[in-house]
This record gives sequence, structure tokens and C-alpha cells, in this order.
Amino acid sequence: MAGTVKHADIEVGTEIPERSFPVQRVNLVMYAGASGDFNVIHWNERIAKAVGLPDVIAHGMFTMAQAGRLITDWCGDPAAVVEYGVRFSRPVVVPDDDQGATLTVSGVVEDKRDDGTVVVAITARSGEDKVLSKAQTVVRLA
Amino acid sequence: MPLNRDYVGRQYPADEPYEVSREKIRSFADAIGDDSPLCRNRSAAQAAGYADVVAPPTFLTVLNFRYAASSPVVDPGLGLNYALVVHGEQRFVHHRPVVAGDVLHSVASIEDIRVAGRNELMVTKTEVTDDTGEPIATIYSTIVSRGTAGSTREG
Repeated sequence: MAGTVKHADIEVGTEIPERSFPVQRVNLVMYAGASGDFNVIHWNERIAKAVGLPDVIAHGMFTMAQAGRLITDWCGDPAAVVEYGVRFSRPVVVPDDDQGATLTVSGVVEDKRDDGTVVVAITARSGEDKVLSKAQTVVRLA
Repeated sequence: MPLNRDYVGRQYPADEPYEVSREKIRSFADAIGDDSPLCRNRSAAQAAGYADVVAPPTFLTVLNFRYAASSPVVDPGLGLNYALVVHGEQRFVHHRPVVAGDVLHSVASIEDIRVAGRNELMVTKTEVTDDTGEPIATIYSTIVSRGTAGSTREG
């Protein structure tokens, strides 16, 4: 357990400060390679639009991973996440320009358990869209 | 065409184990922008009490694609049209951290198929164990089969 956030210091209602994660096409290409998910809607604008999407969209699992970084960067240990679940409510549209998309992620502690864990509710937005719902994680703290 | 309900409960074991390497953890961490030394540096991971470098919390999604050829979604009898599929929900329950050197065995199963409006939802569960049979993780995934519920009475 390498985390730097101590269970004793955290209370229900503790907020995890909001962070912004830029998402550009290169990130989706890297994620496709690393995860093995080569679905064309995540890298081919022509096909994405042909199937009715506004543009290339990020892998839902990439968005989930970025939101996970809010938690693991905060607590200092990527292996501290005991449970992590999300619903993919809206796609993250990633245009081919110098900006791409921006994910804005924040969290709040909803429950503190006697076993050294806390339950954190995560909010993730791209522009005005709430891209994850029911996003919740159980994290073991130091 | 609605999905074949007879397939609920069917199991899809991976045909061979998945060997977790340091380099795969590093490249996955790079791809998601996780710069933690615990994903890259064995000494740092060991100083933190882990046997080797640790995987980020969504790492096990790689199993889904590694074993795509034997996954439920390509089972012809199920009747799923992959072009109609979107990812609805995902949940990881980690029984212990995944570290480099782990040899993972996974068995996917179809947990549930149900109607939600005009769509169908299919829940799969993947149980991941190590070489000794110790549980590593349970992964739940819900996919949405768009528009396929139309011809069922449940809809």
C-alpha cells in the first residue's frame, strides 16, 4: 500500500479537486494499440460519420481510465482501487483539430468504511455532456 | 433479431493463460497518461509492498480483446450484430492487485439478457484467477444491442 492519502484524514464529503484531461486523436491511437480495441469509430472519421456519429469518439474505456486517474493520482497508488464501475452515458467526441476534447473530472467521498476503504462518486464531463453516470469507486487508503 | 435467451449462463473460457508483462503494463499506463512509478519501476513497486510493477485499475480490459475470438459477442448462435453494439456499463472488482508476472486464467459467461425499451442489454461476467486458482478480479460488462428488442413481446 503506497498511497499517500490516509484513511483517518478523509471524511464523507471530502472533495477530490477537479482536473482536466485533454483528449486528442493521438491518445485514442495509443489507447487502441495498448488495449487492443481497434473499433474504427475510435480513429476513422469517415466511418464514424457514416454510422451516424458527429465525429470520431473516444473509447468508453479510455474515458473510464482517465476518470480513474483522478483517483489513483490523488491517492498515489494505481493498485489501491478495489472496485470501479461506470455507465457510459454520452460519447466523448474528439475532433481532428489542435484542441481535441477536454474531460473534466471530479469526485466526492460518499462513504467511509471500517475496512480502510472509502467510496468515491466521480463526475466526468466533456463540454456540457455528462459522459459517465453512476461512476463510483471503492479505494483502499493508507 | 432478438438475442438468444438460451445462451444465458453459457461459459467462454480463454483458450490459454494471459501472461502479464512489465512492458505491457508500461505501455498501457503510457496510453492512459498514468505516470506513476509503481507502473514502471520494479524497485518502487517493491518498496510499496508489491511483488512487481502494478497494473492500473482498468488494465484487465485487455483480456476482452486478447480473447475476442472466443468471446460471447462473436458466438454465432447468440445472434448479436456487432455493428449495433455500444458499451453500456463496466465494472471491475479487484480481489487483489494485478502485477507483472501474473499468469491469468479467465472465464467469461453471459449473465443476463434483458429488454430496455427498443434495445437489449447483455451482461457478461469474467472471472479472473491466477495460476494457483486464487481469485484476481471479477469483471462485469454491459453491452447495448440497439434496436433488437422490437420483435419480442417483452419489449
